[in-house]
Amino acid sequence: MKEFFKYLINGIFKENPVLVLMIGLCSVLAVSTTVENAIGMGLAFSFVMIFSNLFVSSLRPIIPNNIRIPIFIVVIATFTTIVDLIISAYFPELYKALGIFIPLIVVNCIIIGRAEGFAYKHNVVESLADGVGISIGYIWAIVALGLIREFLGSGTVLDKVIIQSFNPAKVFSMPPGAFWGIALLMGILKWVQQKISRR
Amino acid sequence: MRSEETKLIVSSSPHIYEKEDVSYAMKQVVFSLIPAVIVGTYLFGIYSLIIVLISILSAVFWEGISLIIRKKPLYILGDYSAIVTGLLLALTLPPNVPFWIPVVGTAVAIILAKQVFGGLGENFLNPALVGRAFLLSSWPQIMTSWIEPKKGIFWASNVTTATPLAIEKLKLSGYSLPNYWDLLIGNRAGCIGETSVILLLLGGLWLIYKKIVDWRIPFSYILTVFMFSLIVGKDPIFQILSGGLFLGAFFMATDWVTTPLTSQGRVIFGIGAGLFTIVIRFWGSYPEGVTYGILVMNALTPLIDKFIKPRKFGEVKK
Repeated sequence: MKEFFKYLINGIFKENPVLVLMIGLCSVLAVSTTVENAIGMGLAFSFVMIFSNLFVSSLRPIIPNNIRIPIFIVVIATFTTIVDLIISAYFPELYKALGIFIPLIVVNCIIIGRAEGFAYKHNVVESLADGVGISIGYIWAIVALGLIREFLGSGTVLDKVIIQSFNPAKVFSMPPGAFWGIALLMGILKWVQQKISRR
Repeated sequence: MRSEETKLIVSSSPHIYEKEDVSYAMKQVVFSLIPAVIVGTYLFGIYSLIIVLISILSAVFWEGISLIIRKKPLYILGDYSAIVTGLLLALTLPPNVPFWIPVVGTAVAIILAKQVFGGLGENFLNPALVGRAFLLSSWPQIMTSWIEPKKGIFWASNVTTATPLAIEKLKLSGYSLPNYWDLLIGNRAGCIGETSVILLLLGGLWLIYKKIVDWRIPFSYILTVFMFSLIVGKDPIFQILSGGLFLGAFFMATDWVTTPLTSQGRVIFGIGAGLFTIVIRFWGSYPEGVTYGILVMNALTPLIDKFIKPRKFGEVKK
């Protein structure tokens, strides 16, 4: 059980996929224009992440080593298709906003990276802990970025106006704002980690 | 180099004392921009002078705050670079912007473009231009509302109009293009400090005479714009006299930190900035491309420095 929490915490800060490993940034930068999109993307990602880790680690004994990557892709593609169809059926507006980035979860390098680097070498419980941890790390990073960008770029949070007389800086809704925001988040995380490790 | 211990450290040769340090150069830049500020005040009113002052003060303020956060000594403020950044940013603003625009612009310029990379000498983009690009893409309506020049001492002009480049590019009806003489002396709409080409040219020549800027960058920049307009079939004299070309070419593209180190590299820098400016002016969505032309070449400067290396003494060509 101690191991379980170790792997769970690992993904949230120490190996945060977005802010520390810096992989899978494409979808994070593209869809974090609003908090709503960020939450939707985060949940879709988490579903695929957790189930792909579970299935890859439980299929571990029967996956031939030479063709493991195609098998990972098949597993991930299965769950991505499920997410894709569910979102398009029940949340058509969100589906329109996220667009191509839901099918692109198939080739998200965080998921393939965790399947190859973690789930293929660890047992089912540990892989579940890792999947949940990485998902939480991804969700808090993308929602924090979405919060910064939505508040500064359009002056709202979850479509509610926070400060009336605030003239939002449109650049934060555009690509440069995504890079600025993620750089600021990385800097803050590094700074906090340094403060903690010095103590 | 204020403390007593540092006086005892012998640096490497040559041991010649020069009074031309960073703050001397920056003071010369400020000095050569004063005519442009005066003519901007004369054309657009005392309001634009206040914009310039607010911009300079807030730039110094943000620099001070950043130095305190970074635990650096405050005498770094004495290198005048924050003042130059604030002044250059103010000169690229429209004359009737609200007072918070220069404050936000200098915050972005000083904190996000300069101090996060480590202060003066470490920034890879020109801070004033980053501030302007940020403001332009964040508040496009405020940053592209121009007023007509009105000569004399008054508070602010309130007749809105369009810049010559916008009239020419968008074929706006009801506006007439100013003639070459008006463009030369600056009797046209535009940013606070960009209109008077002749005074900017004088200030730039003063800096070249003082050997503070290299003549190659402004010369190759303006010549490229001229030649390229000629090839494309647009009026080349109109193209070099309108917009912020002279302000950009003499005072922003010549920033020591963000330009190549070699003479050849500087010529390439000028030509590249000219090409990007012209491409944006003729085929881009903005009427003016000086800001982005210089910023793109700033970003390419490390690459230019990597490929153009001076021949070492005694090195044989392969």
